[in-house]
Amino acid sequence: MRDLILLGPQANQPRVAEALRRLEIGGTVCAITAGWQERAGELEALREHLGREVLHLQLYQRTEDIFEADPELFQAHRYRQNRLRELQQYYRQRLSRYLEVSRWLATAEGDERLLSGERRDALGVVRQLDDHHLHRLDALRQEFEEEWRPGQRAAVRKQTREVSRLLSRCEAVLVAGGHVAVLLNRLRLFDLARLIGDKPVIAWSGGAMVMGERIVLFHDNPPQGPGVAEVLERGLGLYQGLLVLPHARSRLRLADPVRVSSFASRFHPLHAVPMDDGAFLQRTAEGWRSVGELYRMSRGGGLERVDHL
Amino acid sequence: MTPALDKLLKKGRAPGAKRIDEFLREHSFPILENSGVTFVYRGEADEILLQHWIFGLPSAQPFHRIGETDLWYFHMEMPAESRVEYKLEVVRGDNRKWILDPLNPHRAHDPFGANSVCQGPGYERPEWTLEQPATRQGTLEEFSLTSRALKGARFFRVYCPARFRARRRYPLLIIHDGEDYLRYAQMKTVLDNLVHRFEIAPLIAVFSQPGDRLREYGADPRHARYLAEELMPFLEERFPLIPDPAARGLMGASFGAVASLFTASEYPGTFGRLLIQSGSFVFADIGWHRKGLEFDPVAQFVNRFRRNPTRPSEKVFVSCGMYESLIYENRSLIPLLQKTGMEVRYLENRDGHNWENWRDRCRDAFSWLFPGPLWMMYE
Repeated sequence: MRDLILLGPQANQPRVAEALRRLEIGGTVCAITAGWQERAGELEALREHLGREVLHLQLYQRTEDIFEADPELFQAHRYRQNRLRELQQYYRQRLSRYLEVSRWLATAEGDERLLSGERRDALGVVRQLDDHHLHRLDALRQEFEEEWRPGQRAAVRKQTREVSRLLSRCEAVLVAGGHVAVLLNRLRLFDLARLIGDKPVIAWSGGAMVMGERIVLFHDNPPQGPGVAEVLERGLGLYQGLLVLPHARSRLRLADPVRVSSFASRFHPLHAVPMDDGAFLQRTAEGWRSVGELYRMSRGGGLERVDHL
Repeated sequence: MTPALDKLLKKGRAPGAKRIDEFLREHSFPILENSGVTFVYRGEADEILLQHWIFGLPSAQPFHRIGETDLWYFHMEMPAESRVEYKLEVVRGDNRKWILDPLNPHRAHDPFGANSVCQGPGYERPEWTLEQPATRQGTLEEFSLTSRALKGARFFRVYCPARFRARRRYPLLIIHDGEDYLRYAQMKTVLDNLVHRFEIAPLIAVFSQPGDRLREYGADPRHARYLAEELMPFLEERFPLIPDPAARGLMGASFGAVASLFTASEYPGTFGRLLIQSGSFVFADIGWHRKGLEFDPVAQFVNRFRRNPTRPSEKVFVSCGMYESLIYENRSLIPLLQKTGMEVRYLENRDGHNWENWRDRCRDAFSWLFPGPLWMMYE
């Protein structure tokens, strides 16, 4: 089993160095900061925090270089992204309506024997839609892979070789957060899940989201729109059973039992785990252990303190 | 009479000086209770008046004196989430003086000075209008451009967001009355916070200053030419701007709103985003408007627009305070804008014609006109 540590946001309370110590990694590490986009090369703060050699995999810049060298792939990629966005729109439209009904039922008053069945079914419809959306995304992705075989294109292979060479020099891989779609696309293009082999991974914030089974975007109080959590994509699948939620305290109404219950129930059996500043989760043979307090969103509508997951 | 004053009067008896001292210590003022507000003043006077700018109410509301004491009060309805700026007029003999409410610490500032602010039940200053220690700061740089259209130099400041990169391209927002927006609506703080929270796209904002404001902003083609044909090329040359009307906005309040809509109308397809706040869109469907001379070109423009609404932009956000006299003009504008096929959002709120009202609407407006990557960002 790969060593894996998931962390909360690092800007105010960096714990990457501590994570490396816990994993007894003393040597060079590689950093993936593609989610930072144009700032991907700005590793000064991370290097200062770690005080060791940090190799930058430069996945963001490498992708730009690939697209410049292979305009055909770039066009195909852009076309796929447009289709993904369109699909996301359809999903979003359906989802907001289904969730509206589900939320109405959650607080409706009436004969509980009748209501409970309706609530269960309404939730089931939402869960079904989430699954349906993931399958549609799988199909689009597969279509793209089969038609364009990006991993076999010269520009990608050239950059992938360089990434592999850097990876071979490091003892662990660090994955920062940022823009999760940008990060995910880069990781997929380089088939990072395969390239990193069984190296230990320390991922934080959006980076931790992308390493999981599915990526869920969430915000209960956005300035526009109803604030409906939505499935973006499958993650790399480096771990199962968790749905990590960075910045949960500012993005989610954790004191609202209806919201919490609805969220936890929708994504069950994944454990919805708030990951705010300082959060530290380590995968062990016995499950996930937290260094510090660990909570999960419960289907009952509260935050449930747990020792491990 | 309100519960707080009832208690003070103890069955109708006027309180002594000591009891009044206690009463003033026990409460914060004005007193909000029972969906109303009670303004209180203590001091010797012949008359105390509440001076406010709520359209529809008499502008000078007399206080009542409690018995022979020096304590005065005035009670009025205050709907939830209202925000009202006011002053007190103290009359002693022939002397009439407008003062800030000495019992109320809340102040709002504008180019004419300061007003006291009554924050109704449910109103809270949005936290994104306050400086936040963790927020990354953008920068402001001063520029001056000699305008042929306006026959003189015009001053402006350019805001670049935190993490600005010369290689990246940015949307542009030109803000009329820029210095006032910076000073009285805390616009740099607002932009810094909303960009930091990913709620709006990182953008370049130009805080533009007029020369002769009422002339230039009052539907003046020379000013429109300055913006579109002089300022825009100047900015395009120096800043990495997204070359797309959907990434170009104009914004202004009052006469600045007129200038925004007018410029967009003069140069359709150039500015794809408009934020119009409490626009001075005077018009007359018959006869003539009854405002001052400086409104003549405005009325001509608005009358023309009402007869034949054009599609100056793609998305327009309009806001206006319910307590403003201009609410009628702004409400009237909405169906006309919608008729052109533009995307239109209209927001009313219980506030007046003032900078803090305009400030408080910015999150709704900016996040719609220039949405940020909030949903995708988890740093």
